[in-house]
Amino acid sequence: MNNKPEADTGQASDSLPAKIHITLTVNGAVKQMEVAPWTTLLDALRENLGLTGTKKGCDHGQCGACTVLVNGRRINSCLTLAVMQDGAEVTTIEGLAEGVMLHPLQQAFIEHDAFQCGYCTPGQICSAAGLIRLCRAKSPEDIPEMMSGNICRCGAYPNIVAAIKQAMWPEDREVEQ
Amino acid sequence: MNLFTYTRAEDVEGALREIAGNGGGRFIAGGTNLIDLMKENVERPSRIIDITRLPLRKVQPGDDGGLRLGALVTNTDVEYNTEVERRYPLLSKAILAGASPQLRNMATVGGNLMQRARCHYFYDTATPCNKREPGTSCSARAGINRSHAILGASGHCIAVNPSDMSVALAALGAVVLVAGPDGERAIDCSDFHRLPGDTPHIDTNLGADEIITAVDLPAKGFARHYAYIKIRDRASYSFALVSVAAALEMDGDTILEARLALGGVAHKPWRDPGAEALLHGKSATPENFQPVAEALLRDAKGFGQNNFKIELAKRAIVRALGRAAAGEEHP
Repeated sequence: MNNKPEADTGQASDSLPAKIHITLTVNGAVKQMEVAPWTTLLDALRENLGLTGTKKGCDHGQCGACTVLVNGRRINSCLTLAVMQDGAEVTTIEGLAEGVMLHPLQQAFIEHDAFQCGYCTPGQICSAAGLIRLCRAKSPEDIPEMMSGNICRCGAYPNIVAAIKQAMWPEDREVEQ
Repeated sequence: MNLFTYTRAEDVEGALREIAGNGGGRFIAGGTNLIDLMKENVERPSRIIDITRLPLRKVQPGDDGGLRLGALVTNTDVEYNTEVERRYPLLSKAILAGASPQLRNMATVGGNLMQRARCHYFYDTATPCNKREPGTSCSARAGINRSHAILGASGHCIAVNPSDMSVALAALGAVVLVAGPDGERAIDCSDFHRLPGDTPHIDTNLGADEIITAVDLPAKGFARHYAYIKIRDRASYSFALVSVAAALEMDGDTILEARLALGGVAHKPWRDPGAEALLHGKSATPENFQPVAEALLRDAKGFGQNNFKIELAKRAIVRALGRAAAGEEHP
């Protein structure tokens, strides 16, 4: 780390605490940036990198709209400081598709109409991607509890669960049809 | 959020150096509680000391056959740890009952122990609150207090500790290991959190210049007979109105040892060894459970909106003991 704070705020100072240089690997690309100590990862993604797919909902970790994957795990990007994530690998909704090939979750959300307004959708999909990586859901009945950190004010929950189920157990799809 | 400076500690010694004599400094680990409180201007640190790089991320064998959880192990890594699931399923279940998957991926063992009250007035800087601003008053006593304490409250504060993890740790008799300028010490989980008394702004017995390094689980994990029941307003992702951690050691139908810890009812996880002892040597029947529930809630007092919690807690205790005795949670 290369940022010793210039001034201790214990003393009166008319200058802001210094910005800090950090490196994030976002959706596979190495990104360098200068952030204030109080910049959240969410704000760094949206404001510094222009990745506005990650949404700011409640900004208090209650709604899940800001969910991204950090080092493969889903977190609320509104409740962590960007500087704390220096060196981390971040995956946002923009990084899930492979070129023009949508991620299976994205495709499933479209097929199941798993949204109305769509504001919670990037967080829902990133959260579901984290859920799939966790490999702990044993049956579709586990999905609601394991997606409890993502709120949908439109109430598209049945379709969201159906979409996640399809992405998690694609082999079951043939049986249903 | 106020402006602050940021420093990153690389080891425990460095973290202790950074916090020493620094009244306005705060350690940050998962950040899920601290950053939220900073956004509400409840916490206004002048300096943030990032401890996420400290080497405290291991779950390893502890002394005397127990298990040691590093302070920075995430809640997720505890709940899904194979040793915890096998030997301390009560702890795994309690952690799973708390927060959301995203928050549990961030939150740490040490941070969970340090999380602050969720009282509406503590969060609302426009209202008096002795926990936020000592000497003002407690707005909850005559205000919105549906989620507040029924045990151990004081005239100064009726907030409750919101943790699920800490309730299980209290029942298991875990020990918190801390480091400070004078070396290391161990604090029994039952003594880690405080009752509010006339200093409700102090949540725990951790010194301002100390840091949590680990939590030790004793060898006995009560893996066969346990239950964690959490009663809340939603099916998931909600703080407890009442929670009960029950752990029994049984010989056939006879209870050899009983542990009970309550969450959502006091400023700390609530245990009453005297009430637990009523079960020793008794058979596991609802008739024997009810007097224990009555004894645990003997001094309970409601503040209006939360009066219902007293009966709710009693029924939850009886139900938890029944489940634990039956070994229903055992896979």
